[in-house]
Amino acid sequence: MTDPAPERIWDLHCHLSGETGRTPDEIIAKIIARADRMGIERMAFYMGYPMTANPSPDELRRQNDQIIQALSHWHHRAFGFAYVNPNHVDASIAEIERCIDRGPMVGIKLWVARRCNDAALDPIIKAAHARKAVIFQHTWLKAAGNLPGESSPNDLVELAARHPETPLICGHTGGDWERGIRIVRASPNISIDLAGSDPTAGFVEMAIRELGASRIIYGSDVGGRSFASQLAKVRSARSLSDGDRRLILGGNLRRLLAPIFKAKGMRMDA
Amino acid sequence: MIDVNVSLSHWPFRRLPLDQTQTLVAALKREKIHQAWAGSFDGILHRDVAAVNERLASECKPHDMLVPFGTVNPSLPDWRDDLRRCHEIHKMPGIRLHPNYHSYTLDDPKFAQLLDEAAARAMIVQLAVTMEDERTQHPLVRVPPVDLKPLAALIAGRSKVRIVLLNAMGVLRGAPLKTLLNTGRVWVETATLEAVAGIEHFVANYGAKRLLIGSHAPFFCVGAAQLKLQESILSEQDAASITEGNAQMLLKSP
Repeated sequence: MTDPAPERIWDLHCHLSGETGRTPDEIIAKIIARADRMGIERMAFYMGYPMTANPSPDELRRQNDQIIQALSHWHHRAFGFAYVNPNHVDASIAEIERCIDRGPMVGIKLWVARRCNDAALDPIIKAAHARKAVIFQHTWLKAAGNLPGESSPNDLVELAARHPETPLICGHTGGDWERGIRIVRASPNISIDLAGSDPTAGFVEMAIRELGASRIIYGSDVGGRSFASQLAKVRSARSLSDGDRRLILGGNLRRLLAPIFKAKGMRMDA
Repeated sequence: MIDVNVSLSHWPFRRLPLDQTQTLVAALKREKIHQAWAGSFDGILHRDVAAVNERLASECKPHDMLVPFGTVNPSLPDWRDDLRRCHEIHKMPGIRLHPNYHSYTLDDPKFAQLLDEAAARAMIVQLAVTMEDERTQHPLVRVPPVDLKPLAALIAGRSKVRIVLLNAMGVLRGAPLKTLLNTGRVWVETATLEAVAGIEHFVANYGAKRLLIGSHAPFFCVGAAQLKLQESILSEQDAASITEGNAQMLLKSP
């Protein structure tokens, strides 16, 4: 393993899908070997495989079990968020209890089953917040229109207004980051995720200007994306101070995770 | 390292941090790129392509590392003269095409004529399959990727064409990619090659001889290409081919 980069890079956004392997253990080992080459210290994993847009309660449990299995030998390098589905609120809360209270996970992942402005999410958000769990919501602003249950940053702003004390993460910053940044700008409890879009230049520069470095979190979206292209968004950003770079590459994520790590007795040191 | 996918001037929808040539050149050098094949963003939408190419040639001139690839749009009247000027006046080794922005398909007879005339002049043809993620395009300028289906059949009868597909790897995979690479006349580059260790997986599936380094700078972050190399485990020989050898050979041999 190469020495971890001085920035202590923590990756907010990793999946098992997209990398080959017969088991979750094989897949995560391959991904961590690549993370070593890129100086990435720890990674958040969520959702198993195959990617399922509207998972049943059984499928949620199966996919969360895949992640728990993948993490089992890598707790010093990786942590997990429980995949939940607002179309199955009771089952989602049961997964929060199973995976977070009684298991190793430290956050929740909401994908594209139901738009996040829906009040159906409220019990899930409250359950996660009560446990200090990190809350990650996928968002996009697709030129051809989102999927029926796919959230936009506008939807997340509505959710954030209903839960003003709850930190929320805007996955992908809506993809169309020039609009996504503007949409979440006035919602101080929303941080943005840099992951999973082309490495278009200027993303980080605009985000720092409009949101400040403390609301920006590096993530990759591997295995569908490379660590490389997503790290480049930060590495190539112009006029980025060392302090801001450290916040974006890991400091902000550690700040959000610190309460639940402490509550669960998990260590954050390198 | 040779970067075959760089553009000068201004992206039509956003100012980019490196869209001044001097600044771009300095950033490319920091990434250990000593030669960059440069088209012009102006070529995407401007109609006075002759002026676009003149500016491109003159912008590249003070920088030894920049190799200009002029735009040719066969939908414009008298496009052959643009091709001639690129070759005879500006001494460009190749041209860059944007069929999707220029409203023609690859089964249009004009495209076949352009391939033939470029080959007759021993010019490389760079074909930009996409310029940006279709999902994030401006609502008034929605441009799908170039449909590459007709390309293999066109190349079959043309043993002298050399085509570099730019920004293709997000939409071209599997059997269609293999078919094109097997013609021996098509190269692709790394700008939109994604997934963990994407370059290494590409080499395992298709070999190293048809892959070139492309940054798509300044639209994409200039550092991504070098980081992609770092993420993949490559033999010294394959790394040398991808970073330098393939592009040199392509530039030298018609």
